[in-house]
Amino acid sequence: MIDWSGYPGFVEVKKAFGETTVTIETSRIREACEHARAEGFSFLADIVATDYLGWGHKGVSGYIGTASGRDLNHPSTQGYQALPQLKPKRFSLSYHLLAMRQPPVRVRLQCWLDEDEPVESVVSVWPTADWHEREQFDLMGIPFVGHPNLVRLLMPDDWEGHPLRKDYPIGGEPVRFSDAE
Amino acid sequence: MTIAPETPKRMRDWPVVFPPAYEGSRIPTRVPTILDVPAELLASDDILQINFGPNHPSTHGVLRLIIDLDGEQVVGLNAVIGYLHTGFEKTMEHKTWWKCVTYPERIDYVGYQNAELVFVLAVEKLLELEVPDKATWMRTLLCELNRIHSHLVFLGTSALELGAISMFWYTFRERETILDLYEMVTGARMHTRYFQIGGLAEDIPPGFFPDCHKFVEWMPRALDDYLALLDRNLIWLERTKGVGLLSPDDAIALGQTGPNLRASGVDWDLRRDQPYLAYDQVDFRVPCYPNGDVYDRYRVRMDEMAESVRIVDQCLRRLERMEGKPWIADDRKVVLPPREELHTSMESLIHHFKIVTEGFRVPEGEIYVAVESPRGESGCYLVSDGGPKPWRVHFRAPSFAALEATATCTHGALIADLIAIVGSLDAVMGDTDR
Repeated sequence: MIDWSGYPGFVEVKKAFGETTVTIETSRIREACEHARAEGFSFLADIVATDYLGWGHKGVSGYIGTASGRDLNHPSTQGYQALPQLKPKRFSLSYHLLAMRQPPVRVRLQCWLDEDEPVESVVSVWPTADWHEREQFDLMGIPFVGHPNLVRLLMPDDWEGHPLRKDYPIGGEPVRFSDAE
Repeated sequence: MTIAPETPKRMRDWPVVFPPAYEGSRIPTRVPTILDVPAELLASDDILQINFGPNHPSTHGVLRLIIDLDGEQVVGLNAVIGYLHTGFEKTMEHKTWWKCVTYPERIDYVGYQNAELVFVLAVEKLLELEVPDKATWMRTLLCELNRIHSHLVFLGTSALELGAISMFWYTFRERETILDLYEMVTGARMHTRYFQIGGLAEDIPPGFFPDCHKFVEWMPRALDDYLALLDRNLIWLERTKGVGLLSPDDAIALGQTGPNLRASGVDWDLRRDQPYLAYDQVDFRVPCYPNGDVYDRYRVRMDEMAESVRIVDQCLRRLERMEGKPWIADDRKVVLPPREELHTSMESLIHHFKIVTEGFRVPEGEIYVAVESPRGESGCYLVSDGGPKPWRVHFRAPSFAALEATATCTHGALIADLIAIVGSLDAVMGDTDR
């Protein structure tokens, strides 16, 4: 068993669905990542940000009916019995790490961010973070500090807004090269 | 047929089994994915900057490379992606879980069955849903057929780009057989939507077994054909050996997975090391080669095809004994009721209506599931708020990571080598850009 509490900026560790999630203070995420790499987590699988704007409120996820849905363990319950757990801040940022050993160990390091709250880049720890961080900056608007080349990756350079945010308007875009423009 | 030497089976902390192809690291220091023109060359007038793609036949879609040439030598490289960005992740947030299954296979459109699998597995894990044995074995079989299909496309196109046109006709002959098998089972040649959350969409048709046996018998001979065409072909060897080097440490640091990683001498395969489906019950070897060049990446995929045929054979023998067994879970809150019941049972009709219109609910939580797709670790990160639609869907695309290594592999390469290198990394642009 790995002692997660020794990680820099350790907040808490959670186990769910057979996975380990270690919450880290936002300001010390790079230190924690360096520590993890030294502990054998040589492989960074993925960096992913999630926008929790409107979490637990009606209508944001697009569902008609109840705010949070019914409890699966109690079929035929409708309504507000199981509100999803509130999140500490708007964005979560997850680092999926893998230690290549037998048996393999996977862990999710997670930190929480407000809008426009900067977070240190981990490109110096894992070079593969370069594009992963650029993607999350592009689509979610997470500002990574210390990234050597933080420009848009998937969207055009002159694009406005960050499409994967929950408050990004969808639909009604002008269609280029058509009469409807 | 030659098969890679069996890899040492021992407990290991660090799965590197071969010495590195080169000493030290070749990852560019300023930005890991951009090869900068050396300062001493910048002042000279001989540097020619050209645009390679996004519409170039050898870029496998719409990859754009901005390259700086000094004569024939590539001294600077910047890969630009995003031309096929389709916003799948955003779209899926607005579809019910049930409807989302169609999207992943359009992301990685060559390894479609594996892409569908990773999403379905992730949702099943959130639902804690038990899947019948028959579905597990059939999924294993179809994923391996899909792996062969993907490697055949790789082999045909990358050989085509290096001038071996006839390879293309041979590989696409076998690919056609695989697509016919898919059509027989699923009704579609590609993008099958055959894996449902809970199992399979339909039972396996009886005609599938003899046809698949024929394929299993035929495929090793076809692989010998390919080896005969390429492996003693001097032009092929000259153009692939020692080109596009990637050392084990660099490969891991750059997040390489799958055949690219194993060609760099890192013995790592999720099918064996973190088994899912029925991979812990089938016998197969993981090919691993030491040199980290274009030739080894080709050899790893050749050997993998041979191993995949063996897995398909073992799955077939299992499945033949499972006739009449259920192919999908019997959880009416999640799985559509059988079609014939709709005419006689009121409850089934209601379930059907509820699942199709409202969708089923998935418990709150987040999950990351990874499988070994033909291109490497294909991962799916899901967040559910307990509602009928995913809150967040994210795919860890192996092609995305593979293209990050372009700059490192291009170290000292000529422009003609660049074609071989980009081909050997086997990126699917749909997977890269999502």
